[in-house]
Amino acid sequence: MTGWLATILVFLPLAGALLVWLLPIGRFAGSLALLVALAEVGFWINALTRMDFNRAGPAPNFDQQTTWFSDLHVSYHVGFYAFSFWLAGLAVVVMAAAIAYAFWVGRERPRAYFGLMLFLTAAVVGVFAAQDLLLFYVFFEAMMIPLYVLIGVWGGPGRMGATVKFVIYTMAGSLLMLAAVIVFGLSRNSFDLVSTEPSNSNWLFLGFAIAFAVKAPLFPLHGWLPDAYRESSPEVAAVLSGVISKAAIFGFIRICFGKFPGPFDDFRVVILGLAVSGLVYGSLLAFRAPDVRGVIAYSSLAQMGLITIGVFAENTAGVSGAVLQSVNHGLISATLFLIAGAIERRTATGNLDRLGGMGRGRPALATMLMATGIIALAVPGSSAFAGEFLILAGVFSSGWGWAVAGATGIVLAAMYMLRLISAVLHERPGPAVPEAALDLRPAELGILVPLVACLLALSAWPAAISAHSLEHSDGKPVLRELVPATDYRERTREQLLNELAAALKSLPPGSGGSLHEFVLDKTPAFAP
Amino acid sequence: MINTPSVDWFALSPSLVAVGAAAVCLLAAVLVPRWLLRPLAGFTCALGFVGGLVTAALVYWKSPDAHLIVADAVSRDRFAALAQMIVMGSGLLAVGVSYSARMREDHIGEYYALLATAAGGMAFLVSATNLMTLFLGLEWFSVCLYVLCAIETDLVGSLEAGLKYLIIGGMGSAVLLFGSALVYGSTGELGFSAIADATRANDLATDPILLVGLAMILAGLAFKASAAPFHMWTPDVYEGAPTPVTGFMAAATKAVALVLALRLLTVAFPEKEDVWTIAVAFLACASLAWGNLAALVQRRVKRLLAYSSISHAGFMLIAIAAANELGGRALLYYLIPYSAISIGAFAVVAARERELAEPVTLDNLAGFGWERPLLGVAMFSFMLGFAGFPLTGGFVGKFYVFSAAYDRGWTWLVIVGLAATLVSLYYYLAVIRAMYMRPAAELGFAPIGGSPPREALLSASVFAAMAVNVGSFFAVQPLIDLSKNAAKAIPL
Repeated sequence: MTGWLATILVFLPLAGALLVWLLPIGRFAGSLALLVALAEVGFWINALTRMDFNRAGPAPNFDQQTTWFSDLHVSYHVGFYAFSFWLAGLAVVVMAAAIAYAFWVGRERPRAYFGLMLFLTAAVVGVFAAQDLLLFYVFFEAMMIPLYVLIGVWGGPGRMGATVKFVIYTMAGSLLMLAAVIVFGLSRNSFDLVSTEPSNSNWLFLGFAIAFAVKAPLFPLHGWLPDAYRESSPEVAAVLSGVISKAAIFGFIRICFGKFPGPFDDFRVVILGLAVSGLVYGSLLAFRAPDVRGVIAYSSLAQMGLITIGVFAENTAGVSGAVLQSVNHGLISATLFLIAGAIERRTATGNLDRLGGMGRGRPALATMLMATGIIALAVPGSSAFAGEFLILAGVFSSGWGWAVAGATGIVLAAMYMLRLISAVLHERPGPAVPEAALDLRPAELGILVPLVACLLALSAWPAAISAHSLEHSDGKPVLRELVPATDYRERTREQLLNELAAALKSLPPGSGGSLHEFVLDKTPAFAP
Repeated sequence: MINTPSVDWFALSPSLVAVGAAAVCLLAAVLVPRWLLRPLAGFTCALGFVGGLVTAALVYWKSPDAHLIVADAVSRDRFAALAQMIVMGSGLLAVGVSYSARMREDHIGEYYALLATAAGGMAFLVSATNLMTLFLGLEWFSVCLYVLCAIETDLVGSLEAGLKYLIIGGMGSAVLLFGSALVYGSTGELGFSAIADATRANDLATDPILLVGLAMILAGLAFKASAAPFHMWTPDVYEGAPTPVTGFMAAATKAVALVLALRLLTVAFPEKEDVWTIAVAFLACASLAWGNLAALVQRRVKRLLAYSSISHAGFMLIAIAAANELGGRALLYYLIPYSAISIGAFAVVAARERELAEPVTLDNLAGFGWERPLLGVAMFSFMLGFAGFPLTGGFVGKFYVFSAAYDRGWTWLVIVGLAATLVSLYYYLAVIRAMYMRPAAELGFAPIGGSPPREALLSASVFAAMAVNVGSFFAVQPLIDLSKNAAKAIPL
C-alpha cells in the first residue's frame, strides 16, 4: 500500500466529494464529509509512520507515475518530499477542522457545500503531491473552482466583488504560469519535475514566481486578500489563509528554487525586498485594522512575507524555518479565523470597537485566543519563535539588514496580536457583546483544541519539522545543494573550540597521527 | 455513353446514411399520422446520426492510408472520418435537445430532415479535395441551415436570423466562389493537390491572382467559421435561430469549416504557407480580441455564447496557424470537447427558455443552478470547459493549441491566447455567478409555476455533453491518438 499512499491521499477526498454530491443523503452530508476528512488525516498519519526522511536519490516518497498523454510527455506523477509532506499534513488537518466547524455551524445546501470542501482538500493535497509540472498546474487551478463557489455562494454580503477580485488576480498569475509551464515542458520535452534539469531562464522564473506571489500573496499583489478573507465564511477564510497560501510556498521551494537556481539567485534581492515590505506593511495594517478578521488577514500578509524571506534566504536554516513557519502559520491563522467565526456568531460583528470584555466569564474562549495569540506573536519557547528564529538566522547570513527588518516585523506582530487580544477579551464589555453570549461550546472546543494542541506539540519539539524538512542524501539536500547557514569564519571562538572538542571525541582510536590534518579539515578557519 | 467514375460507396456512407434518414423523415411528414410524426421523425433522425457515427467510425478504422476516390473529388481518410464523427455526434445531441422543443406540428418532419441533410452535407464537405466538391458541400449544408434558422416562422427573431444568415452567408459563399475562380484561373486546376503541383510547376507562388484567390477562399471559410472580422452575422443569427439549431451550428458548422480550412491550406497551398499562416494568425487574434471583448458586455446568454464561439474560432485558428503536426492534432482534439460543450450549453439555455418562455438573460438565470441541479452542474462544467479550467477537456485543448503555437516558435500567439483566456473568465464566470450566486428571491422573479418540464432526452444530451467534457480531460491519450492518426492524412 505504501506506493499508493500519495494517490490515496489525493483521491480519497475526491471520491468523498463525489459520494457527497451523488448520494441523496441530505443533512447527513456533513457527517459523511467529516468522516472522509478524518479518514484523510488518518491516512496522513499512517503515511507519516512510513515516511522515509533520509531518502537517498532524487525520487520522492510514495513515488508513483503513469503516463497521462505520451506525445507531450505529460504524466500523472505524485509523491512527497519531506517539506511537501508537512504542508500536506497541515492541509488535511486544517481542512478537517474547517469541515468540522462548518458541520457544527450548519451550512445551507450541505451536499454542495461539503462536496466542494472535500474537492478542495483533494486539490490542495494534489498540489503538494504533484511531481509533474502540468499536473501541478491542474491541481493549482482546480483549487480555484471550489474556492470561487465557496466564497461566492456562502460568503458575506460583499462576496461578489471579493470573488471577482480573487479570480482575476489569481488567474492572471496562473495564466502566466501556464505560459511558463508550456515553454519549460516543451523545451525540455518532459514535464516531469523530478527528472528535468534546471533552467536558467529569467522569464520562466518570473512566470512562476508571479503566480506564486499572487497566491501567497506577496506585497504588492495582495489586492484580493482583505476582501476574500473578510467576505468568505470563517472556515473558508481559515483554509484560504492557512492552507491555500502554502501552495505558493510549495511552488517557491519546489519549482522556483528547485528548477531555477540561477534566476532564484538573481532575483532574490528583489523578492526579499518585496517580502520585507509585505512583512512591515502587513504588520502595520494589521495594527490599524478595525475588525478581527482584518487583523488576521493582514497578519497573514505579514507572515507570508516572513516565510518567503526564509525561502529566499537560500540556506538550510532559512528554508527549514520557512517550512516550520508555514505549518505554524497555517495552524495559527486557521485557529484564529475559527475563533473569529465563533466571536462573530455571538456578537454579529467583528468590529473591534464594538467588542471587548469577552474574557470575563468565558474562560475557554479566553484561553484559546490567548494561547493562539501568544504563540502567534512568537514568544520564546513557542513553535512560531523557533520558525521565525530559523528564518532570521538563515537570512542573517545573506545580510544583517534583512534580519533586522524581519525582526521589526516580529516586534510589530506582538503589537497587533496584543491589540487583538485586549480588544476582544479585555477592557469594558463592548456594545455588541450581549451578556448572554456563551463561552465556547464543547463542539467548538473539540475543533479548536486539537489545532492548539498541534501548536503546543510543535512548540515542544519544533525540530520534528525543521530538522525533517529537507532530505539529505550523502549530506546534500535532495532538491539542490544549499549553502550552509553560517560560515565557520563567522563563528565565535567558543563555538569553534566546542566543535573541535566534539570532533576530537569522535575520532577513531589510534588515529592520533593525522590529528593535525583532521583539525585543518574540520575547521578551515585555522588553515594558514 | 458517359464514363462514370467508380464510386467508393463505403467511404461516402456517413453522408448517405444521414441523407437516407432525411428522406425517411420527409416521407413520414406526408404519410404518417400527426401523433406519430414527432417520435418517428425524431427517432429516424437520431438513427441516421447513429448510423453516420458508426459508419464514420468504420471508415476511420478501415482507412489507415489516405487516398482519393470518386475521380479525385473526395478523399477517404481518417482526417475526414474523425470530423464526420464529430458532426454526427453533434447532430445526435442536437436531436435530443430538439425533441421536446415546442415546434409547429406541420414542420416536425421537415425540421429533422433538414437537420440530417445538413449533417450529410457537412460530412461530405470535410472529405472534399476539390474546389467543386468544396463549394458543393458548403452550399449543401448552408442552404439547410438557412431554412433551419428561419423554421420558427412565428418568431420574428427566427425569420430575421434566417434572412440575415442567408444574405451574409450568401455573400460569404460568393466570395469563396470568386476566390475559387481566381485560383482556377491562375493554376488551371480544381483539385487541392493539383493546385499545389501546378503552383510548384509553374512557379506561381508569387502570382497575385493566386494570392487574391487564396485570400478570398480563406475569407469565405472564415464567414462559415464565424471568425472575426467575418463574424458580424453570428450574434444575431445565434440569438434568433431556434436554440437547438444554434447549438448544432456552433458545434458542427465551425468544426467543418475549420477542419476543411486546415485541409485546404495544407494540401492546396503549401507553397504559400508563409502567407496564410500569418493571415490565419491575424484572424485568430482578431477573433480572440473581438469575441472576448464583445462578450463582456452581453446580458443575453445566447449572444454571450455567440461571442464566445467567435473567440473559440480564434483559439482553433491558432492551431491552424501553427501549421505543424501538433497543430493538426490540437485542432481535432479541441473540437471534440468544444462541440460537446457548445451543444450542451445551448441545450441548457433551451431548457431555461422553455421554462420561462422568454429569452434567457444573465438576470433570469438567477437560481437556475439550484432549481435544476443536473443542468446547473452541467452548465458549470461547460463554462469551465470554455474557460479552459482543468478537469474539463477545454483545458487540455487549450494546452495543445498553445503548445502547437509554441512549437512553431510563435510565443507571442501563446501570450495573446492566454490574455484572451483571462478576459474570457469574466463572462464565463458571470454565467456561473448568475446561476448559483444570486438567489431568485433577490430579484423578485418568480417562475411561471409548477415543476419544470420533464425533458428526459434533453437532460440525457446535456449529461452526455458533460461526460464528453470531463471524460476528454481524463482520457486524453486515446483521443489524442485518434486525432494524431487522423492528422497524418494531411501533409503537416
